[in-house]
Amino acid sequence: MNKKIYLDHAATTPTKIEVVEAMLPYFTEKFGNPSSIYEFSGQNKEAIEESRELVAKAIGANEREIFFTSGGTESDNWAILGIAESYKTKGNHIITTTIEHHAVLHTCEYLEKNGYEVTYLEVDKDGLVNPDDLKDAIKETTILISIMLANNEIGTVQPIEELGAIAKASGVLFHTDAVQGVGHVPIDVNAMHIDLLSISGHKLYGPKGIGALYVRKGIKLKSFIHGGGQEKKRRGGTENVPAIVGFGKAIELAITSMEAESKRQADLRDYLIEQVLEKIPHCRINGHKEYRLPNNANFSFEFIEGESLLIMLDMKDICASSGSACTSGSLDPSHVLLGIGLPHEIAHGSLRISLGDQNTKEEMDYLIESLIVIVARLREMSPLYEDYMKKQAKIER
Amino acid sequence: MYTKKVMDHFQNPRNMGEIEDASGVGTVGNAKCGDIMRIYLDIEDEIIKDVKFKTFGCGAAVATSSMATELVKGKTVKEAMEVTNKAVMEALDGLPRAKVHCSLLAEEALQAALWDYAKKNGIVIEGLEEPKPFEEHEEEEEEF
Repeated sequence: MNKKIYLDHAATTPTKIEVVEAMLPYFTEKFGNPSSIYEFSGQNKEAIEESRELVAKAIGANEREIFFTSGGTESDNWAILGIAESYKTKGNHIITTTIEHHAVLHTCEYLEKNGYEVTYLEVDKDGLVNPDDLKDAIKETTILISIMLANNEIGTVQPIEELGAIAKASGVLFHTDAVQGVGHVPIDVNAMHIDLLSISGHKLYGPKGIGALYVRKGIKLKSFIHGGGQEKKRRGGTENVPAIVGFGKAIELAITSMEAESKRQADLRDYLIEQVLEKIPHCRINGHKEYRLPNNANFSFEFIEGESLLIMLDMKDICASSGSACTSGSLDPSHVLLGIGLPHEIAHGSLRISLGDQNTKEEMDYLIESLIVIVARLREMSPLYEDYMKKQAKIER
Repeated sequence: MYTKKVMDHFQNPRNMGEIEDASGVGTVGNAKCGDIMRIYLDIEDEIIKDVKFKTFGCGAAVATSSMATELVKGKTVKEAMEVTNKAVMEALDGLPRAKVHCSLLAEEALQAALWDYAKKNGIVIEGLEEPKPFEEHEEEEEEF
């Protein structure tokens, strides 16, 4: 194979050609500020509203409940900080989990430094939140529950409907970071009792720098970006019209193809997992076997380290990611892998494969072949593997 | 992020492997932090005739151990004592800031191997300090 094999769609996706084409006129001839009075700017206002409808439709919401933001991180920040501020007279307690994205975790840590109390629910070995733990954590002062729909590293999909129902029964607002879920798994904010939901454009073949926050009608949410009257005065700043148009187009395409594409990718994923577990010894799959994103596979290879693995894959033109410390820029490996109870040394040897709509079975075969060679090579270099083999030899004698 | 030399030593590590009945073996680092280095020395008449390494770790960890072995091969024990982390880094045309600790580990692994050699032969190498004991990785992964 001589072309690049991109297997990191949970990091970002390529913008679809149709999406780029839909966006292009809004950079040049349709450049007008949507807030201006003349007719040609008015068209841009309409384009924004069309996108808003498409985003709303994708999650079963009303278009008046969709607010455009700069992306998933801003949506998470706004939801959590906004609710904390708006409901501070009701209480100061927030519940989240240990495996959230940093956009949620670091926002919660910020609030902790500012007088709020945060409970971090632990997850089980597959990454699932226990609904009973959530019930037990709710108290008088709880104002918000924030639990991600699907995990970005291990792909575990939470029982959101059940968790949402618990929140609703307790009268606590429920936010979910659905950045990895939208376009991969069906979402209905009403059936799932979701009050706030974060979406990102570039995870679903749209442009970067655009996202949305769904806010259920009737919820008080303080504005986060102060400025003009855009987004019903809740999010100031001239709208990023080309990105909003592209986001709308991308989410429409993602929802239309979701059923078929999820099935196709899940088949590839299952093939990959089965082959890797069969052909590479001392290896495990992280995340839930059944409740898992169709495009996610996360492996741990014992005795080797993730960054070395990624560089060697890159030398074979394969792009993937890892939860090793070296790739996270700290000394600790991924908080998600530690959160599901993996020992540090196993967490260091992790590999995340996230599939996309262009990936093929041939690419999976190439990946599997490459992994067999690379893992064996790195183990040959590993003192941990040497010790393990010597120990085994002793036991056999 | 890495220099050409680091990439070269990562892709084509020099002296990777083990030496049976080595004159000295040193293992440093811990699996928790994600870096373990082991250096084997074959020393005859105070000269490092052969040297091998094994490393569990990132690209920089592999490259620094590879370079450290290159720098001491054929040298005297005294000369090997002068191979510092700075020397290893310079020989690799530099390392990213976050990876400087890898070069320190390479220096420590080398010194741990020299310490083992000195201990086995009942000699004292000037300036050499006893290395921190290497912690075996936890047994918990047995159930893995």
